Amino acid sequence: MEAVRDRSELLGAAAAAEASQLTRQRRRWAWIFVLPMLAVLAAVAGWPLVRTIYFAFTDAHLADMQDWAVVGLENFRLLAADADWWTSVLNTVRFTVLSVAIETVLGTIIALTLNAHLPGRGLLRAAVLIPWAIPTVVSAQMWNWMYNDLYGVLNHVFLALGLVEGPLAWTANPDLALTAVVLVDVWKTTPFMTLLILAALQMVPAEIYEAAKVDGVHPLKVFWRITLPLIRPGLMVAIIFRTLDALRIFDLPFILTGNSRATSTMAIYARQQLVEFQDVGYGSAASTFLFVIIGIFTIAYITLGRVRLGAGEA
Amino acid sequence: MGGARRIVGRAFFYLLVAAIVVYTVFPFYWAIVSSLKEGSALYRVEALPPDPAWGNYAAIFAQQNFGRNILNSVIVAASVVAISLFLSVTAAYALGRIEFRGRKLMLLTILSVSMFPQVAVLSGMFELVSWLGLYDTLGSLVLSYLILTLPFTTWVLTTFVRELPKELEEAALVDGAKPFTIIRKVFLPIMWPALATTGLLAFITAWNEFMFAITFTLSNAKRTVPVAIALISGASRFELPWGRVMAASVIVTVPLVVLVLIFQRRIVSGLTAGAVKG
Repeated sequence: MEAVRDRSELLGAAAAAEASQLTRQRRRWAWIFVLPMLAVLAAVAGWPLVRTIYFAFTDAHLADMQDWAVVGLENFRLLAADADWWTSVLNTVRFTVLSVAIETVLGTIIALTLNAHLPGRGLLRAAVLIPWAIPTVVSAQMWNWMYNDLYGVLNHVFLALGLVEGPLAWTANPDLALTAVVLVDVWKTTPFMTLLILAALQMVPAEIYEAAKVDGVHPLKVFWRITLPLIRPGLMVAIIFRTLDALRIFDLPFILTGNSRATSTMAIYARQQLVEFQDVGYGSAASTFLFVIIGIFTIAYITLGRVRLGAGEA
Repeated sequence: MGGARRIVGRAFFYLLVAAIVVYTVFPFYWAIVSSLKEGSALYRVEALPPDPAWGNYAAIFAQQNFGRNILNSVIVAASVVAISLFLSVTAAYALGRIEFRGRKLMLLTILSVSMFPQVAVLSGMFELVSWLGLYDTLGSLVLSYLILTLPFTTWVLTTFVRELPKELEEAALVDGAKPFTIIRKVFLPIMWPALATTGLLAFITAWNEFMFAITFTLSNAKRTVPVAIALISGASRFELPWGRVMAASVIVTVPLVVLVLIFQRRIVSGLTAGAVKG
């Protein structure tokens, strides 16, 4: 008996040793597999980011990027005193709040519509995806033409319906320009929001709706009391994700209104300083500021979204 | 009573659906209509062009060298997709299938990089691009677009690989197969749909990019489609080139719309995997 047990223990230990050797081998391979990707990521993302943050503390100039001096916090001091910068910050915040709020409401309505069983759902889904697939530059130009103050179809329709007294200068009027940018962003990005909300909606079990129907609960009440609480986690993730996107917006206002102060965002301001005014140090300081803000939101996204990182768990 | 209310409800519902479709499709329809109008017809608002003209389409190829821009975009986007997929397949296997120290930190880093505002790396990237002698070449775009695509492809493929059943590789492991063989023989054959979707989404990202493209290229021969469309100019300062802008927009949009219609189901699952499921 003793001998038998010894033998089986021995066998077990050998198997365990073999298994752990295999595990160790697999771990080594894991590093070999990940390394090329990490090296490229470090080269194209890590290094440029570190350099940008470093430049923020220098007086580097685009014309000669070899020659600079460290100036400490000077760029940040100038940035804090620049009214144009704060206008850009305010524009970015207003744009983000407005567009994300409208996109969330509209996206929820469209997702609920898509989630209902109706004929031609596939067609509707395809229609919703079209604005998403179009390059931002193209959607900006398409709307720019519709916004045209003299020949644009929007002014034509609005005048014909008697909604306005004279043609509106959608993109040139400082009071309207930001709204014009928000309208295009809503058109362009609501599909994405819709898809994320739809994914959350489809996880709500159908029996809940059936039970509510049997009990004769009003559909609006069903939405507020049942659907919304159930999709809230998915909705929160979608909102943070979109907020991150909106905070770094560049191409839409850039194409619609150029570097106009009325719609200049943080990214537009930073790039303008960097490329057009060639002030690498100052532009990098603005970029770094934006990076820190996005960083805070990213941490919120990762913690709130309870991002799954485990390999095994379902 | 109940019947009438239901009919009103239904009517309202379909009205809503119709409004959504008009809102999403109308700008595109208007771009097509405008691209077929020339001269003064462009400045009249008509639902259909009275006599469709193809002059705008001919003009962008003859005068703006738009063919070259399309070729540039295809070269850049295809290279970026190829490099990203190649690097992320093995990485996704390791990150999704093997428990090793530092894996979680790595995934968090990858996720964070996908949130980077592009402008945050702009000056560092500019320095890197000029240092490598890539300024005003397509290489500068291939290099910089990897920031946008590589974290995304790695993340989505990792999600995909993780969902596959455990039994898949067990038999191969028992047979003592090397990890590289496992990827090639076991995982690659079933990963094609995921690779196609991820590749398509990465392609669209690279195809649509604007900020790096307008910053790192200078000459029209090196411009990609978005920059070309943003910078189309008329023959004279007083002629609005909107007909041509719309023609160029339609040309680059049609292939994307066709791809979306073919792959819509896959795109939806790929997009949601990248954002919510994680």
